[in-house]
Amino acid sequence: MEFSRTGAPHLPPETSVSSIMLQVLLALIPGIAAMVWFFGSGVLIQIALSVIFAVSLEWLMLTVRHKPVKIFLGDYSAVLTAVLFALCIPPLAPWWISLVGMVFAIVVAKHLYGGLGQNIFNPAMVAYVVVLIAFPLELTRWLSPRGLADAGALTEIPGLLQSLQTILNGQLPTILSWDAISQATPLDLLKNGVEQNRMISEIRQSPIFGSYGGRGWEWVANFYALGGIWLIWRRIISWHIPVAIIATVIILTLPAWLYDPSSNPIPLEHLFSGALILGAFFIATDPVTGCASKRGKLVFGLGVALLTLTIRLWGGYPDGVAFAVLLMNMFAPLIDRYTRPRAYGKT
Amino acid sequence: MTAAVIILTILALIFGLALGYAAIRFRIVGNPIADKIEAVLPQTQCAQCGYPGCRPYAEAIAAEEVEINRCPPGGEAGIKQLAELLGKEVIPLDEDVGIEKALPEVAIIHEDICIGCTKCILACPVDAILGAAKQMHTVITDECTGCELCIPPCPVDCIDMVPTKIDINNWHWHKPIPITTITDAGISSNIQSSEQSG
Amino acid sequence: MNQRHTDSIGDYLHNFPGGLKLKHHKALSCSKPLPAAEIPLSREYVVPITQHLGKPTEIIVSVGQSVKKGQALSKPGKSGQAPGAQVHAPTSGIVTAIQAMPVPHPSGLSSPCVVIEADGNDSWIKLEPVKDYKSLSCIELIQHVRAAGIVGLGGAVFPTDIKLQSTSCSIDTLILNGVECEPYISCDETLMRQAPERVIEGALILGHAFNITNILIAIEDPMDTCRKTLEKCIKQFDADDLITVVCVPMLYPEGGERQLIQVLSGKEVPAGKLPSAMGVLVQNVATIAAIHAAIIEGKPLIERLVTVTGAGIKDPQNVSARIGTPIADLVNYCGGYTPSVARLIMGGPLMGLGLQSDQLPIVKASNCILALTHANIASKQTEMPCINCGNCVNVCPAGLLPQSLQMVIRADNFEALESLNLDACIECGCCDYVCPSHIPLVDYFRYGKGEQRARAREKQFSERAKSRFELRETRLEKLKAERLARHQKRKQALVGSADKKDSVAAAIARAKARKQAITDQQASSRSNPENNSSSGSEDHS
Repeated sequence: MEFSRTGAPHLPPETSVSSIMLQVLLALIPGIAAMVWFFGSGVLIQIALSVIFAVSLEWLMLTVRHKPVKIFLGDYSAVLTAVLFALCIPPLAPWWISLVGMVFAIVVAKHLYGGLGQNIFNPAMVAYVVVLIAFPLELTRWLSPRGLADAGALTEIPGLLQSLQTILNGQLPTILSWDAISQATPLDLLKNGVEQNRMISEIRQSPIFGSYGGRGWEWVANFYALGGIWLIWRRIISWHIPVAIIATVIILTLPAWLYDPSSNPIPLEHLFSGALILGAFFIATDPVTGCASKRGKLVFGLGVALLTLTIRLWGGYPDGVAFAVLLMNMFAPLIDRYTRPRAYGKT
Repeated sequence: MTAAVIILTILALIFGLALGYAAIRFRIVGNPIADKIEAVLPQTQCAQCGYPGCRPYAEAIAAEEVEINRCPPGGEAGIKQLAELLGKEVIPLDEDVGIEKALPEVAIIHEDICIGCTKCILACPVDAILGAAKQMHTVITDECTGCELCIPPCPVDCIDMVPTKIDINNWHWHKPIPITTITDAGISSNIQSSEQSG
Repeated sequence: MNQRHTDSIGDYLHNFPGGLKLKHHKALSCSKPLPAAEIPLSREYVVPITQHLGKPTEIIVSVGQSVKKGQALSKPGKSGQAPGAQVHAPTSGIVTAIQAMPVPHPSGLSSPCVVIEADGNDSWIKLEPVKDYKSLSCIELIQHVRAAGIVGLGGAVFPTDIKLQSTSCSIDTLILNGVECEPYISCDETLMRQAPERVIEGALILGHAFNITNILIAIEDPMDTCRKTLEKCIKQFDADDLITVVCVPMLYPEGGERQLIQVLSGKEVPAGKLPSAMGVLVQNVATIAAIHAAIIEGKPLIERLVTVTGAGIKDPQNVSARIGTPIADLVNYCGGYTPSVARLIMGGPLMGLGLQSDQLPIVKASNCILALTHANIASKQTEMPCINCGNCVNVCPAGLLPQSLQMVIRADNFEALESLNLDACIECGCCDYVCPSHIPLVDYFRYGKGEQRARAREKQFSERAKSRFELRETRLEKLKAERLARHQKRKQALVGSADKKDSVAAAIARAKARKQAITDQQASSRSNPENNSSSGSEDHS
C-alpha cells in the first residue's frame, strides 16, 4: 500500500492564529459589556464602525498586495485591532475618528510594515495615539459613567439612536450639551489636582471617583481583568506581561502612598483608572510587537509600567499606556536579544 | 581670534600625528579585500573567468579590473555573496564565460581508451589525476573540482564529466516552500484548493 | 532509596525546560500480551546494509550463497574509517540479490540491501554464548557487542560498541532508558513487563564489565505495573543495592538522552561532549536486552520488539519482528489496516518518519509502526506568518529560539545561524506542534542542519582544492626556477667560454696559420692535391 512520505511531527496542531485572535475577542466581551453599561451603546457603535473600516481596509490592502484575502481576513487580527481601538476612544466620538484611526492602524502600522507578523508597532495604539494628537478635542469628550448620571444627574446616558445620531452627524441629543459631556476622566482630575497641590482626599471628593478607581472605570477594569485571567488560564497569553506591569505599578507607587497618602494616590487608583488593566492584559500582550521569551516578557512589562507611570506623573498626558506600549515596542527586539534563553549544554 | 587659530592648529597637528601613527601602527599587510573575495570563490581553479585561477581573479576583482559575474561554478549564489561583500548590485552570470551547472560534476577517465599521454595530468590545477607516461591515468574523484581543464588537452577524448550522485549519504532535507511569500494568484488559488480538499 | 546513593545521580528529580504533556495512546497496544508463537516466516527478507548512524559496512556474502540464521552479511567498514554496525541474516536461506532497494529513509532513496529468500528451516549458525559473563572484561564485552551488530534501539541507531568504547571503560552511573515519552509507542514497556530478566541481567552484564556502582532504570510515572515487575525481578537477581527503578513525570521529550540526564542529575551534558564525560552512560532498555541476548545466548541482533499500533490498524499489539521483514507482513499479522488509514509512520507521531510504502523492511530503528487516520494527523495546513507568540520558545527543551531560527534559515542567512545554536536542536517537534501559524519549523531545522553540513563540506573541499592548487603553483614555480637555473648555468658555461675568446681566436689564428701554411704548401706543390682533407677543418672553423 502506498502512502505519502512526510516529515514529523504528524499530530494535528493544537491551535491557530485565528483561534487565538477569536479567544482574545471573546475575553473582551465582559469588559465591553461593562463599558456599554456605564457609557451607553455608543461603545457598540464605535466597535461596529471600526470593525467595518478595518475589515474593508484590510481587504483593500491584501488585494493590492496580492495576498490570499480569504486566509488573512480569516485570522481576525484586523477585527481585534479595531475592537481594541474602539474601546480606547470616547463613545460619542464622530465616525471619522474611527476611519482615520483604522487607516493608520491597518494601512500604515500594519500593511506598510509588511502585514501580519511584520509590524513593529501595535496598530491599535498607533491609531489611538495619532487621533489623540490630531484631534485632542474629540478625544477628550468622555461621557460621565452611568452611576454618576444617576446620582448627580450631570448627564444622562444616551440611547442607541441618539448615540448613532451624535456619532454620524455630530448632533447632540437635546438633553446634552458638549460642555456637559466633556467630562474629565479621573486621571485628568488627579493630575490637575496634584499639580495644584490639592490633597488626594480633597480631589477624591468629586463624584467621578469610585471606591478605589474612577467610578464606572473601576468596574470596566475589573471585567477586563476577568477576561485577561481567562486568557491566561487558556494559555492564550502568558502571565508574565500582566503580572510584571501590575507588580511594577504597585511596587513603585506603594512606598509613595505609604509615605504621604495625602498627595499620592493609593496604588489601586493607578491600576484601576485609565487603560492600565486593558493595556496589561490585552495591549501589551500583543505577541507580534512584544517579546518572545519569558524573561523578555517580564522586562517588557516592567518597561511598560515604568513608562506609563513616568508619563502619568511627569508627562503632558493624564494616561500614558498607549505611549508606553509604543515606546516598548521599539525596544522589544533589543530585549529579546539580551534575554535569549541559554541553549542546552552551552555556557 | 589668534587663540582660536592657535588651538585649531595644535588640534590639527595632534590629530595629524595620531593619524600618521595609526597608519604605521595598524598598517595592513597584504590585500585583505582580495582575501575575502577569494574566500567566497569556489576554488575550482577552472580559469573560466579568464584568470589563471581563483586567486588572480580575486585580485582582479579587488583592483576593480573585472566584473563579479564571471565565475560559473560559484553561480548566482556566489555573485550574490560577492555583491554583498563589495556593496555592489547583483548582476546575472556572464553567459559568455559559461553556465552554472545544476549539480556539481567530476571528471572520469575511460581507462580502456586512455593512452597515457600525461597531458591531462599537466592540465589539472589541483593535481587530482594520477598516472605516469604510457600508464593508464585515473581521477581522484574526491579531489576533482570539476573544472574541465583536462578535457581539451586529451588527444583521444577519453575524459567525461559526470554529475555527482545524490545518494542516501549526502542527501539532505530540501527547504520547505513558504506559502506566505508567494503572492501570485496561481499559488493562492492553489492554497484554497488544497484547503477545500483537506 | 538506600544510603549508598546519597547525592548521586537519580536521588532527586529535576526539571528540563519546555516539553509537552501529550495524550499517551499507549493502552491501544500495551494491554495485550506478546504473542506466544513467533510470527510466521516471510517469504523474503530485505536486509539493508546500513542500518546504523555512520559509514556503510562492507558486504561479505554473494548472490546465490546460502546463509544460516544469524550469519554475518557484512563486516565493519574499511580500516581507517569509523567502524559501522554489521548486519546478520534474519533466517536461513539463499541470497537472491544484492542491490539498491527502497529503505525507510526520509529521502525515499534506495540503499544497498541483501535479499534473502527464506528456506523455511530457520536454522541457526553455531551460536557461541559466553559461559560466565563475569569473566568478561570491558574490551571483550565491546567485541561481543560489535560482533552482534548492536545499535541504539531507541531510534538513534548509533553503534553501541562505539558508544561503549567512547567511555574508555570508566563510568559510574548506567541509566537504562525506559522512558517511552512519545505517544503510541509501547515496545520498551512491553519488554520490561514481559521479559524483565533480560533487562536486569543485561544491566548486570554491563555493570560487571564496566564496574558500575549505580544503575538506574528510568520509566514514566504511569508505568506502575512495569515498576512492580522490575522491582520483583531485581530482588530475584539480588541486585537491589545496585539497581534502582526511578519513575519520572510524564513529559515529552523526557526520553531524549540529554533531557533524561538533566532530569536525573540536574546537570546538562556540555555541548559537543558525550554523556560519558560526566561518567554517565545511557542505554535504551531494548539495547540492553540485545546485549543480554548476544552474551547469554550468543545471538546477534536479528529481531526486535515492534509496536504496531494506531487507529489505522485493526488489532494493535507489540510483536517480535525480524529485521528485514516487510512492514506489510507485520500489518497483516496485526489484522491489516482499517478502512480510514491515511498515513504510515515508522516511529512515533512527533519524531517518526512518514513512509511512502509498506513494502519497506523493518530495520533496527523500527521501534513502532504507526498507522494513523485522517482524524489524527495534521492535514495540509496553510502556513501563516510568525506572530512571535513565543509558544515555541516556551516548549523548546533545548533552550532555543525556534522563531528566530526559522527566520534566518528561511532567508538562508547561514552566518547569523551560527550564533543560534541550531546544533542543539533535537528535532523533537514540540515547537512545530504548538505553533499557531502552522509553520513547519522542524522541516526548516532539518533543512538548515543539512545545508549547514553541506556548506561545511563544500568549504572544506574548496579549502583543500585551494591548498592543492597552491601546492601545484609552488611546485611549478620551483620547477620553473630550477629550469631557469639550469638554463642560466648553461649560459654561464657559455659566458665562461667567452673568457676563452682569446684561446678561440688563438685557435682560429692557429687554424688560419695552418691553412696559410697549407695554402702555401699547395701553392708550392700544386701538382699533388691529395692533402685536401685539411679543407674540412677549415669549413669547421
